[in-house]
Amino acid sequence: MTVAELGARRGARRRLSAALFRRPWARLALLLGPPLGWMLLVYLGALASLLVTAFWRLDPLTSTVQQEWGLQNFRTLLQDPVYRTITLRTVGMAAAVTVADVALAFPIAYHIARVASPRTRQALLLAVVMPLWSNYLVRVFAWKTILQGQGIADWLFTHLLRLPDVHLAATNWAVGITFCYLWLPYVILPIATALERLPSSYLEASADLGARARTTFRRIVLPLAFPGVVAGSIFSFSLTLGDYITPTLVGKGFFIGNAIYNYVGLASNLPLAAAFAVVPIAIMGAYLAVAKRLGAFEAL
Amino acid sequence: MMRFRLFAAMAAVALVAAACGAREEEPAGGGGTQGPPVISEIGEPEGALSLIAWPGYTEKGWVKPFEQETGCTVTVKYGNTSDEMVNLMRQGGGTLYDGVSASGDATNRLIAAGDVAAVDIGLFDDYDQVMQALQAPPHNTVNGLHYGVPYMWGPNFLMYNTEEVTSPPTSWDVVFEPELDGQPNPYTGRITAYDSPIYIADAALYLKAHRPELGITDPYELTQEQLDAAVELLKQQAPMISKYWAIYTDEIDGFKSGDMVVGTAWPVNQSLLLADDVPVASVFPEEGMTGWADTWMMSANAPHPNCMLLWMEYTLRADVQTQVAEFYGATPSNATSCEQLREDLGSEADEVYHCGDEEYLSSLALWKTPLADCGDDRGATCMDYSVWTQKWTEIRGA
Repeated sequence: MTVAELGARRGARRRLSAALFRRPWARLALLLGPPLGWMLLVYLGALASLLVTAFWRLDPLTSTVQQEWGLQNFRTLLQDPVYRTITLRTVGMAAAVTVADVALAFPIAYHIARVASPRTRQALLLAVVMPLWSNYLVRVFAWKTILQGQGIADWLFTHLLRLPDVHLAATNWAVGITFCYLWLPYVILPIATALERLPSSYLEASADLGARARTTFRRIVLPLAFPGVVAGSIFSFSLTLGDYITPTLVGKGFFIGNAIYNYVGLASNLPLAAAFAVVPIAIMGAYLAVAKRLGAFEAL
Repeated sequence: MMRFRLFAAMAAVALVAAACGAREEEPAGGGGTQGPPVISEIGEPEGALSLIAWPGYTEKGWVKPFEQETGCTVTVKYGNTSDEMVNLMRQGGGTLYDGVSASGDATNRLIAAGDVAAVDIGLFDDYDQVMQALQAPPHNTVNGLHYGVPYMWGPNFLMYNTEEVTSPPTSWDVVFEPELDGQPNPYTGRITAYDSPIYIADAALYLKAHRPELGITDPYELTQEQLDAAVELLKQQAPMISKYWAIYTDEIDGFKSGDMVVGTAWPVNQSLLLADDVPVASVFPEEGMTGWADTWMMSANAPHPNCMLLWMEYTLRADVQTQVAEFYGATPSNATSCEQLREDLGSEADEVYHCGDEEYLSSLALWKTPLADCGDDRGATCMDYSVWTQKWTEIRGA
């Protein structure tokens, strides 16, 4: 390459950078264009095509999708009481798992954020995050083994605690326990973050003004950590709402995810599956709207 | 901040949608309108063959010799359920796979949608050795056209743990009735059932024997009233089920851990459990049994049709079918295989496999896809498979 060529190339680059400097909108478009395009096309595009499918119908004889518009899938969902039962079971499970996870996570998060020494804190945080680095299926199968007949749970209850056989295998209890374990890290982390942000001076001021530990907790710590709790609950709630693998592997109960999976996998009834998928989307939309009011997104 | 909130909201929504497993799929392709063409000659092999098969149907023992003989390199995608197989066959408009070992609950769907090709059975020298009942069964022969060649068949028998269930059951009532002889069913909570809409036929078969007033003639051709009765029976059974099995290993795990002690099973499940020293046995209950007969079918848009035809020809051979039968624990459709099977297995070939037993085969209610057309003078008043799947959701979700 000659000196002249090098100079020309440097000149072109400089002109480009000068042009971009003069036009801030072009800079912004270049910077945000690709990620925004990705979001619109891949994320929202996939969602939109899913929602469109919900208005199509299935040819019962050949089980192929007919692209005729209609509300028949939503009518089926509303008329058949089984979908209400499945939805209520799923939302109930999601709520129960969320409450249990928050109850478990809060003391742990409090200890990590406010009690542990910096070194222990790091070790504890590592311990909380560690399970997330192993495969989800491995963790579910581990719980399947623990909870099945003649498993560790069985042995613990009948041999060690001398309790009657509880038969956890393939029950909703088994599913709930597994969910609690799976999503716990997602709940601990936002709560710990919220508690860490809590200024020590507030607690000292509260103590100076004569508040007991319980009052300080109730009136200072809890309200300030609440957005963190809500943020954590979004994870446990939404993840439970959509999961179908855990119920399949450790339980026998039927959840929204299972019904959708069956409609796609068993019956090739993509339209009805898509219509049913609208239900968890709507529930999460409502949940997020409430969570936003409670300031959860500032605590993420 | 606003943008961040929006992102968080969208991310959470996307998470739910993604977790729900709602995926895009190609609409089914293929299918002629004026009667499908019948393939009646085998051309030059293409050098490759891509199959969808039940696990255990395409083992090295008989696939290797086929590859050496024809030069078609075989790749296999295993399907765990009939419905999965139907979906796989339709991927890419039916151009991804050449053929499938389809059971009767999948075959009629594939035929109706034009996914599979009609073949001239004159191409296959060994076809006349096929058992009488499988020469032109309704699950693969429509309007006189053959959509494939028969492979293995077998029953859905009643399997039980001999240590827990001390007297061999004689009826399906052990899995359906909450009370046996006035006593609460002792196996409540340890019963298993097959997790598929086609299992409704098992309930219908039980009702055919116990509630004659329903007038059930064929467990796959049910009117609304008959279907409702079967669904009622299955809803009554649901609380007694430990866990439904969808994939054969689910049942093997359940019987090993003791969570399941009695329920419907395939011969292969029993063989594998016995190989692991789990004390199981099976019986043929008095109400009869459902069963399955699998067919090698060729995609209407197969990328390697000649290799697929050669594969059909090969899998019909008696010596090949003997190998598959012994490995899989199923019964060959080629009756000539029985000689070798008797030589290898002794009396088991007749007592367990019922090899070549026409009477036994015709006593099974073989899986077929329920269609709206009852196939008799009742006309189109029967409930089709899409209704069955909705009812199955009702049973499983209640």
